Amino acid sequence: MLLAVAAAKKLGSFALNVAFELPAPGVVALFGPSGCGKTTVVNVIAGLLAPDAGEVTLGGTVLLDTRRGTDIPAERRRIGYVFQDARLFPHLNVASNLNFALRRATGPRYVSLDEAVSLLDLGKLMARRVHRLSGGERQRVAIGRALLSQPRLLLLDEPLAALDQERREEVLPYLESLRDRLAIPMVYVSHRFDEVLRLATHIVLMQSGTVVAQGGIGAMSLDARLRALIGPDAVGAVLDGVVLGEDGPSGLTRVRIAGGELKVQTPKAAPGTALRVQLLARDLIVSTQMPQHLSVRNNLKGVVSAIIDDDSGSDLIAIDIGGAQVLARVTKAATRELGLAPGLPTWALVKSVSLRGRSFTSAAYPRG
Amino acid sequence: MDPSTWLSAGESEALRLSLSVALRSVAFSLAPAILVAWLLTRGRFLGRSLLDAAVHLPLVLPPVAVGYVLLVLFGTRGVFGARLERWFGIELIFTRNGAALATAVMSFPLMVRAIRISLDNIDRGLEDAARTLGAGPLDRFAAITLPLMLPGLLAGAITAFFAALGEFGAVITFVSNIPGETRTLPLALYSALQEPGGEVAAARLAILSVILGLGGLLVSEWFAQRVRRMLGR
Repeated sequence: MLLAVAAAKKLGSFALNVAFELPAPGVVALFGPSGCGKTTVVNVIAGLLAPDAGEVTLGGTVLLDTRRGTDIPAERRRIGYVFQDARLFPHLNVASNLNFALRRATGPRYVSLDEAVSLLDLGKLMARRVHRLSGGERQRVAIGRALLSQPRLLLLDEPLAALDQERREEVLPYLESLRDRLAIPMVYVSHRFDEVLRLATHIVLMQSGTVVAQGGIGAMSLDARLRALIGPDAVGAVLDGVVLGEDGPSGLTRVRIAGGELKVQTPKAAPGTALRVQLLARDLIVSTQMPQHLSVRNNLKGVVSAIIDDDSGSDLIAIDIGGAQVLARVTKAATRELGLAPGLPTWALVKSVSLRGRSFTSAAYPRG
Repeated sequence: MDPSTWLSAGESEALRLSLSVALRSVAFSLAPAILVAWLLTRGRFLGRSLLDAAVHLPLVLPPVAVGYVLLVLFGTRGVFGARLERWFGIELIFTRNGAALATAVMSFPLMVRAIRISLDNIDRGLEDAARTLGAGPLDRFAAITLPLMLPGLLAGAITAFFAALGEFGAVITFVSNIPGETRTLPLALYSALQEPGGEVAAARLAILSVILGLGGLLVSEWFAQRVRRMLGR
């Protein structure tokens, strides 16, 4: 177990009581509505807030155990923290902010100043005063500073929340490359599902101070409690696929997902590249016969595994496509007329595929 | 620009003495003021409001009363005065160090107030950020809190310096009015007024005080601007 967290804390009328785990290197997203206690959880992990009772273990090291009276102070936990408001030191310039972290770093060094600067594209900002930075630049510096403290874990508390859409798009790729190139484990707090889809390998779903569901992103994308939170239009199976190559005549990219294959439009990607796709339930059509004479190019053969009432007047048809599930939304009338029932062979026709960035597949986790 | 060419011996003596007393006064009170401001802002202890009131006492007491209390405590037979002299050979009464102590006590509340305001304005989140980057308590204070307090420290020190230059009642009560040792500018001005025909001398001393004060205000404003720019405000 890489990271295990359990914490209980009463704050006025708000009660936090959570337990979750990140089993392997990756990114665990703490996802839930504002005020559900996500920031409180990361503060407990960082050591900035003492829970009434709890345990935090990271890579075999006990950081906190209230029963045994263990509580390693925040400054010795080697956990990086990127705050929503960046919290750069205003009396230092960018280079000094970065050096502040580097000088105090303990333990093995795995990121050099040059690497952090090139990874986050900070070269031109180094001599800049902090108040002369844009919001996106500020967060990039904050991420670099946290990295240079050589942390064993990186906490990111809504690092993009204060940015507009354009700036978010500017920072997100940097976060992806941290995940992919440094394979640093992260806890990512967000209330935006699109960010979670881009970055997370695991989701911990929180609601009013408790964890209501947790698991890998694929399994969680099918979870009813997550569906309830993100709204019917965002519902859809998330699948991690692998690029097979280019589809000659169409110019599309062939992507293997579970037991099927999709042709999608993507910027050039080498065979073997891991891609994350989301098949929105509203973009899937169900057919009980082998589809022919249709304009839809992508279809996945499978077997109906469940019919789920989705509380918005339609049904979600879960289809097993050979090792993974996809969801299709159909009207209740269609369910009846097609005689959809578990066990029935079906074809899922995919009208469009949403690409959700690269997916993280870490074969080896380099550090202890 | 030798001041002795346009100042009389007595005037330049009073000026030098005033500056020396005010500098000592600031030097004495800076560290304790930081400590007290810290305790009053961040401390959670019993008797905090009592400490707060005690610090502000010189603002509401007649300066002569403060001088009298100092006389009782730090005089040759006083609780502290006797020991300071016996153990360290430090004499306060009738000395410029005594004058500095009297002015330090009088200006202490001003200094604490200025430092406290700047401490209150520091975003505690920055200290938390420093913690997650591996900075322990002393390190955080020296590397983050102190530099961010700089505008307040500077404002406090300058205010206290000028308050010290002008302090009269506490000084004359505690250390008397000895030329060359405790006769600072305001005391010299007072003495000049007491002498028959001393009006011209008094006017010169008053003008000197005005020039000193005006120059000080300009310099402190210039400093404050530089510090603000350094902190990016």
